[in-house]
Amino acid sequence: MSTALEPRTSPTQQPPGEGAALRRAGDWARRAPLLPALIFLIIVTQLPFVGTLVISFMNWNAYYPDEVGFAGLDNYRRVLTDVTTRDSIITTIVLTVSVVLVSLVLGLVIALLLDRAFRGRGIVRTMMITPFLVVPVAAALVWKHALYNPEYGLFNGVLTWIFGENAPQPDWISTMPLTAVVASLVWQWTPFMMLILLAGLQSKPLDVIEAAKIDGCSSWQIFRHMTLPHLRQYLELGALLGSIYIVQNFDAVFTITSGGLGTANLPYTIYQIFYNAHDFGRASAAGVVVVIGTIIIATFALRTVSSLFREEGAR
Amino acid sequence: MTATLEAPRTAAPPVNPPGRNPAGTLLTILAWVVGVLFVLPVLWMALTSLHSEENAATNPPSLFAPLTLEGYANFFGAQTGTSPWPALLNSLTASVLSTALVLVLAIPAAYALSIRPVRKWTDVLFFFLSTKMLPVVAGLLPVYLIAQSIGMLDNIWMLIILYTSMNLPIAVWMMRSFLAEVPVEVLEAASIDGCSLTRTLRTVVVPMVLPGIAATSLICFIFSWNELLFARVLTATVAQTAPVFLTGFVTSQGLFLATVCAASVVVSLPVLIAGFAAQDKLVQGLSLGAIK
Repeated sequence: MSTALEPRTSPTQQPPGEGAALRRAGDWARRAPLLPALIFLIIVTQLPFVGTLVISFMNWNAYYPDEVGFAGLDNYRRVLTDVTTRDSIITTIVLTVSVVLVSLVLGLVIALLLDRAFRGRGIVRTMMITPFLVVPVAAALVWKHALYNPEYGLFNGVLTWIFGENAPQPDWISTMPLTAVVASLVWQWTPFMMLILLAGLQSKPLDVIEAAKIDGCSSWQIFRHMTLPHLRQYLELGALLGSIYIVQNFDAVFTITSGGLGTANLPYTIYQIFYNAHDFGRASAAGVVVVIGTIIIATFALRTVSSLFREEGAR
Repeated sequence: MTATLEAPRTAAPPVNPPGRNPAGTLLTILAWVVGVLFVLPVLWMALTSLHSEENAATNPPSLFAPLTLEGYANFFGAQTGTSPWPALLNSLTASVLSTALVLVLAIPAAYALSIRPVRKWTDVLFFFLSTKMLPVVAGLLPVYLIAQSIGMLDNIWMLIILYTSMNLPIAVWMMRSFLAEVPVEVLEAASIDGCSLTRTLRTVVVPMVLPGIAATSLICFIFSWNELLFARVLTATVAQTAPVFLTGFVTSQGLFLATVCAASVVVSLPVLIAGFAAQDKLVQGLSLGAIK
């Protein structure tokens, strides 16, 4: 491990034998700059979650303020047996997995295309990241109205161009609502995956690959046995960070389908239970379910990040 | 595939000069096609925003219709009198102030996690990261109830505080990776010269990592500007941000394609500018500093 992971100040700076009191004072001097951020974050992010946990065991609907009380596991039973919330759990999984997988594969192919010198590479890279820089709500609005619209959206316009008068004019959002949401999210998230994988490709050990080539390995062999294993942790990182962001997606579902047609995911459903039904207890229980799901993904994510982190320190 | 792997990354003469080898040419064309396909919806949005409503809603699309600023005029309230400026200013206030707060909190914290690290500093670092993984929606209700009880609903400061907490972990991780690159000798020299902590930070460290601070700010700005869920739940008419205005704008006015596109262009413009400015550091920020 190099300087990055070791304490930066040498131990000799603090003369030995000056006593524990001084060292403790030094410890606090070191901690002082950290504390404001740490305390702020605990208050703003951890305390509300404790609140959610408490409310999830309560019978609390804002429409019936007199009936507030302890509910035990009732909310959880309702969340897990209620068809709406159960469907939204499944929708969340389908949505997250398909967006992450498709954008990861597309991102890999595009990263490979961009990992070679060609004329206008910088321009193509800039074009590629543009979708990620459109405000998510705006992107969803444009997809819904300017692309998917059955009468004058671009997709059906292109079909008319190609097939003339009798071109099929599908109503994209009502015939394939979830696919429509997934496609717009894949468009926004492929650049993210591409950027992470491109960074991975550009950090691969060139000398080893050069040696393999001299030894007569084919391009496919090099890709299969050297590039891909090297990329593995970048693929993991992309998949896990992408999952964390997309599990929480609200903008696209809210804008494109308003949660209708079986596209309501958990964040949208919780928003509904809380914002429209005012059932605080049930919304909180559903929130806790999301957190448990996220913790499972996050455990893997943290492990991946920490392995990359150690590697960086060892470099 | 050969060309992919042989691609030289340095200034060395290319093994396959572009355009001479047919496979390479094909891959170049493919890369361009993919790039154009991905940017196409954005270009279409920009073009439609410059068409009149009649020309925007045709099938097949009218590519070469005369350009007009009608859509923009409508977005800025030419017909309805509802101006988006308060919402845009709210977004600007929330994004800029929360980014400033993030920097004030994150730079000293990153200092304590890299240059003069506290004990168990990796645990602290990973605690910061884990808060980023807690779904926003899980804390939404208590935040709403607290805001309600202290009269902070529809108040921009509530959003500023929430956006600060949302971006603080990203900023701490990014700033830590930038600060780790500051050479030890420089810091030792400052300490020998008798610089205090705040002075060392202000006069030595900050100027050296200024590009990193700029990139961190831009990424925090983007995330705050984009946020919808908190803003949607916690604000109403007074403190609504641009994304909230956008969602309400469509439902209340029916469909005006050119206007919707103009609105999307205007609201996305700050993010596009910030994103292209931070292009080189974008991946570092998005991967929370895990990738350089």
